[in-house]
Amino acid sequence: MKIGVLMKQVPDTETKIRIKDDASGIVTDGIKWVMNPYDEYAVEEALRIKEKKAGSTVAIISMGPKRSVETIRTGLAMGADSGILIDDPAFEGADCYATAKVLAKVLEPEKFDLLLCGKQAIDDDSAQVPQTVAELLGIPQAMVIEKLIISDDGKKATCYRRVEGGAKEVLEVELPAIIAAEKGLNEPRYASLPGIMKAKSKPMKEVNLSTLGLKAEEVGAKGAKLKVKKYSLPADKAPGKIVPGEPEDAARALVKMLREEAKVV
Amino acid sequence: MANEVWIYAEHKDGKLKKSALELLSGARSLANDLGTQLVAVTLGCGLEAMVKELGAYGADKVIIAENEALKSYLAVAYAQTLAGLAKQHQPAILLGPASAQGKDLFPRVAAKLGTGMASDCIKIQLDGQKLLSPVRPMYAGKALVEANIPEARPQMATVRPNVLAVAPKQEGKQAQIEKVAVEAPKDLKTILKEIVKGAKETVDLTEATIIISGGRAMKAADNFKILWDLAEVFGSGTTVGASRAAVDSGFAPADMQVGQTGKVVNPTLYIACGISGAIQHLAGMRTSKFIVAINKDADAPIFQKADYGIVGDLFKVVPVLTEEVKKLKAQD
Ligand SMILES: Cc1cc2nc3c(=O)[nH]c(=O)nc-3n(C[C@H](O)[C@H](O)[C@H](O)COP(=O)(O)OP(=O)(O)OC[C@H]3O[C@@H](n4cnc5c(N)ncnc54)[C@H](O)[C@@H]3O)c2cc1C
Repeated sequence: MKIGVLMKQVPDTETKIRIKDDASGIVTDGIKWVMNPYDEYAVEEALRIKEKKAGSTVAIISMGPKRSVETIRTGLAMGADSGILIDDPAFEGADCYATAKVLAKVLEPEKFDLLLCGKQAIDDDSAQVPQTVAELLGIPQAMVIEKLIISDDGKKATCYRRVEGGAKEVLEVELPAIIAAEKGLNEPRYASLPGIMKAKSKPMKEVNLSTLGLKAEEVGAKGAKLKVKKYSLPADKAPGKIVPGEPEDAARALVKMLREEAKVV
Repeated sequence: MANEVWIYAEHKDGKLKKSALELLSGARSLANDLGTQLVAVTLGCGLEAMVKELGAYGADKVIIAENEALKSYLAVAYAQTLAGLAKQHQPAILLGPASAQGKDLFPRVAAKLGTGMASDCIKIQLDGQKLLSPVRPMYAGKALVEANIPEARPQMATVRPNVLAVAPKQEGKQAQIEKVAVEAPKDLKTILKEIVKGAKETVDLTEATIIISGGRAMKAADNFKILWDLAEVFGSGTTVGASRAAVDSGFAPADMQVGQTGKVVNPTLYIACGISGAIQHLAGMRTSKFIVAINKDADAPIFQKADYGIVGDLFKVVPVLTEEVKKLKAQD
């Protein structure tokens, strides 16, 4: 099977977010960049399928600035075969639609049998790109998947989709499809030292606006349908009060406060 | 009439979800300001009885798109139908819930319509140019962003459950009901084989009004029983969550995890029991209206975010809370 994994480089979850003075974005100095945690599950799942199906290949595809190459290499060090970096200044400021448009343009000629990705990137938290790519490519989607079984003939996938209240929808999709990973799909491996060494010589393709034959007006901030007006920081909560006393007494006092002050009980 | 304000009314097991009422309540003022109708649109079959009350919550009109093939939700099928209706009627605004279904469906509809969408919004408003100008969290709530969709239509957004207050019911107010027989969606390439029910049938974390969460300090899966006992005395709308440490230790199933790689919750009351308050956990519950922390360690970071804290052993505190709440409820 020819498997493609859509991957995004994001700030580490510990990052303290600061906003630029003109409110147009976040300050990126000093940020530690990592693979989006949900994409790690996607890479791992792709590798597990590859290990089961002889002759399979895994490509990591990422749209982002040059530094994204490092994170693509992380995927290659885990065991993927090749990378595609989609980078052009014109792509900056894209919304989900403009991002998906570029991704679809890259993916279409590649004719992957299966596309995997994370259910959401933890920077924008939009959770829109997979469905939009699926629609633009005219293929089915299976979002928030915590268990995946590919049929022996490689033509279908059974996907366990996590929905509300602990319930799961079991979907059968025809391949090619785009399948978005939820935590729990697997336990991602770490890159081994030999893996890291090998990754250095694996093929990495770079594509940009002109190689893709796209126009600057249809991508990036110009092509975005959703336009950002301003960023801000959420209001900080005033520190609360510690209910004094022995645990049992404090518990009694707390219930009273929840009823009389907070009025939530 | 074009330029209406539409909300997508989700239903489950033959009942409308609360999000439909929340969206109507929140969108009513948008429709008023734009001088247009507020329309609820719902997809499926046999829905007529269910939508009766929507008028009382602010809908001027309800569109029911019926087809046997829409009986159960499927992204591709629902996207075709909803996008088809939107193309035909040209609403100015289309809002939906940021629920499992809404998050799955809305981006695909937006893609079909070639329009923009804001996900998981926590504020819905019009700006000076009367454009929808929603506010949404990014970076797990560490930043907020306000955005609009100046050109493409409809202006789409999903709204986080529990954010919009449900307006009082206006008895006797009725919406015009328009039933449309839609074509069966085509070329789905997807089959819903079955829906596997969860172990416990409770309200979902994302929709709960009270959540009691346990952390690593719970020490064992069986000990979660004391949290469920407390949940039970609080009554309906209450459920139990967990930190990642509790999930990874096998004390709680993965779908109970609250946080950056779990669920983002927004209850009225969140009680964190034996949870230290790591940044990734806070990301999932910081917008809760009231936060209570119970922790042995007075320096635990969770106390920085809590409205009320108790420094002490959760195994001593929680059973007393259960007793006290029980007493209160008995007096009500
Ligand atoms: C990429 C990434 C994603 C993550 N996503 C999430 C996420 O979605 N959700 C999440 O929760 N975490 C997440 N984490 C993990 C997070 O960093 C913390 O490790 C985790 O939240 C800690 O869980 P805890 O508070 O239960 O455990 P601990 O940090 O071990 O805290 C246990 C607390 O219990 C207290 N305690 C012990 N015994 C008692 C007692 N008897 N009574 C009262 N208090 C007691 C202790 O004082 C301590 O404060 C993520 C981490 C990473 C790197």
